[in-house]
Amino acid sequence: MKKTLGIFVVFLLICVLTASLSDVFLRPQNVENLIMRIGLYGIMAIGVSFVIITGGIDLSLGSMVCLTGCGLPWLLVKCGWSPPMALMALLVLTLLIGLTHGLMVTKWRLQPFIVTLCGLLIYRGVMRGLASDQSLGFGSAYDSLRWLATGKIPLPGATISLPMPFVLLMLIAGAAAVFLRYTVWGQHLLALGHNEEAARHSGIRTHRLILASYMICSLLAGLAGILFSMDVNSSQPSDFGNFYELYAIAAAVLGGCSLRGGQGAVLGVLIGTALMQVLRNMIVLVFPAHQNMEFAIIGVVILLGVVGDEIFKRAFAK
Amino acid sequence: MKPPLLVATGIGKRFPGVKALQGVNLHVQHGEVLAVLGENGAGKSTLMKILAGLQQADEGSLEWQGREVCFSSAVAAMQAGIVLIHQELNLSENLSAAANVFLGREPQRWGFVRKKSMEQQAQVLLDRLGFGLPAHSPVAGLSPGKKQIIEIAKALATDARLLIMDEPTASLSQAEADLLFGVIHRLKSEGVSVIYISHRLQEIERVADRVTVLRDGENAGELAREEIQHDAMVRLMVGRAMSDFYQHQSHPRGGELLRVQSLRTRVHPRHSLDFCLHTGEIVGVAGLVGAGRTEMLEALAAIVPAVSGQMWLDQSAYQPKNPREAIAQGVMLVPEDRKQHGLVLEFSVQDNLTLPSLESQARGAVFRDFRAERSLAESQRENLQIKASHSGQVARLLSGGNQQKIVIGKWLARQPKLLLLDEPTRGIDVGAKREIYQWMEKLVSEGIGVLFVSSDLEEILGVADRVLVMHEGRLAGELTRDAMSEEAIMHLATGAVTEDLISRSS
Repeated sequence: MKKTLGIFVVFLLICVLTASLSDVFLRPQNVENLIMRIGLYGIMAIGVSFVIITGGIDLSLGSMVCLTGCGLPWLLVKCGWSPPMALMALLVLTLLIGLTHGLMVTKWRLQPFIVTLCGLLIYRGVMRGLASDQSLGFGSAYDSLRWLATGKIPLPGATISLPMPFVLLMLIAGAAAVFLRYTVWGQHLLALGHNEEAARHSGIRTHRLILASYMICSLLAGLAGILFSMDVNSSQPSDFGNFYELYAIAAAVLGGCSLRGGQGAVLGVLIGTALMQVLRNMIVLVFPAHQNMEFAIIGVVILLGVVGDEIFKRAFAK
Repeated sequence: MKPPLLVATGIGKRFPGVKALQGVNLHVQHGEVLAVLGENGAGKSTLMKILAGLQQADEGSLEWQGREVCFSSAVAAMQAGIVLIHQELNLSENLSAAANVFLGREPQRWGFVRKKSMEQQAQVLLDRLGFGLPAHSPVAGLSPGKKQIIEIAKALATDARLLIMDEPTASLSQAEADLLFGVIHRLKSEGVSVIYISHRLQEIERVADRVTVLRDGENAGELAREEIQHDAMVRLMVGRAMSDFYQHQSHPRGGELLRVQSLRTRVHPRHSLDFCLHTGEIVGVAGLVGAGRTEMLEALAAIVPAVSGQMWLDQSAYQPKNPREAIAQGVMLVPEDRKQHGLVLEFSVQDNLTLPSLESQARGAVFRDFRAERSLAESQRENLQIKASHSGQVARLLSGGNQQKIVIGKWLARQPKLLLLDEPTRGIDVGAKREIYQWMEKLVSEGIGVLFVSSDLEEILGVADRVLVMHEGRLAGELTRDAMSEEAIMHLATGAVTEDLISRSS
């Protein structure tokens, strides 16, 4: 809780700082865009935090985004599938991929880093091959389907309305929070993240939970990919979703997940995601000349966050 | 007269929440074997770590060969001439004996190891110990006893004047232990001193020149060579006669609770185990380290399911495939390594106590019932008198005894039929130890079966109604309470009986 509060204070500070340096920041258009992106990246970050809680990692998220984000227009436009069929097929595919990751990690005891690193290479490679590396889009069709990503729900009495991805994020985050905090499985997941052997000795079905975590992670990444592609209406297999896994992992870690496993709370992950996106927004608005430095700035901020957290922890321990 | 080799005065050491040592004095003469005795948790290990520079004392002073010293690290102590030989040996299995002896101090020329000279020097040391092992032979595959001797050679290579051996015979067979005693004798005649820690009192009668006893982190007394006798040592260790410490009650032996037939474990698949256990009796399992005792308990609790064999619990077939099924049927294990297997150290006392019971308490077996969890934790905490400032305290911060009580408490909440305990009192202070024995008696009187593994013979003799003795993966024999003695158990545990039989029959 202390950690979540700390990251929230940092988030507020950066918001105030950006607002004072740029008058664009608080304009409804910008705020809506920001909330939209928090929604999209947040869905991925929630997913990966499940895997991180088990003590694992999923590096294949960006390629999963590519697979579904390019796969959807490819199935609809090039192959002529119906939208429900295409959506169903892609989501089932992501679940199967998550299951495969999980089985390799639990049954064969392979390292999650390696398994999902190979996934990162394979899924993007397959998509580029299928699409012959051509840029894909929905054209002007499928507007009703794309509403899932581009739709907005007006807030009564406010100048901004809520973008659909953010609404979806809130639903998913709510479910994830209930799962982690109020169900037996959530507690089992935390226990096995800290100490898998002790959890197994206590009669917890550790393998099942780990499988479920990888499946949730892949599914949410796949969903995010679909939403991303509906939003931009143009996806290029060679770079669609590139590095997104790192945004998601960084958000989860900033939000209090420990890569050693056993720790993580949904609220923290949401604030971590928001912090990342505000930071990117700040770079664009305040230092437009230094946009190419984006990665460097984000890297430094995350590093400071982690170091600061460690310093706080040691100070408290004394 | 020369000053003693080592004099420790008024050593004190505190850990969070525990006073490990207080005002402890100890001295070692040149060429002397000093046995340091004490119950688990009496502070022996901490004291040895301080002498060897692995930990620093909070108070007190050390005098080494007449000069006051303060070792800031194990390297500093080693340079002075004190080497601690750990209970778990620290050899690199992939290297040769010689390479291990000179690990980190290899004779070099231009950055290259001078292998030949290294092997020659190592051979000299090994021969000095009367140990016919070629220095170039690989360490992997050597018996624990031979590895131990390589460790000693390693210490001698640094010109050690004082060797500290922490339970060196815990994993040795009788013949290997004899070899080790020969080595200790040689060291003594060369003027090297040894601090010897062991729970086997007979060994101490054999090798020690003097005994210093610790109890609850303080000096409990000292015995000179001619006073070293079993009963005297026990009295100093526990502070009272054995019969007061272990208040054994026998209960009427009830029906058969567990029957095991041709059980084969993964580690010793060639030997099968057959035995049964009744309600109303505490059954101990004795044997040397590596005899397959832990594996047997792990097979019963399905941590590592048995390779083959049949089991019956309460007359009905019992074939668990994983711990979950074993727990559901009432068989639960208090594991040997409580920090790795028994507890989630980062979890609170409450979360650990409730972990196996969450589902049975939850609404619809899914949604946690926090109120029920809290009351379960509180009642077990009170029941077992777990000393934590509150149920939200992190398990890591508790003493070994209280941690062990949490492990027991989490199973009691599931109402076991058969409780398996693996080294239940290892690393636990005397008070908690006694409470755990009382719990074992209580559970048995309530009709719960208790099967425990212990390397502490006093404990087996004090608590068990019957003892199963294992040797190299099989049951070497079984002794009822009136036939139990330290000699009889060690005889079976070291395989002496069967070897006699074999030599007689051939």
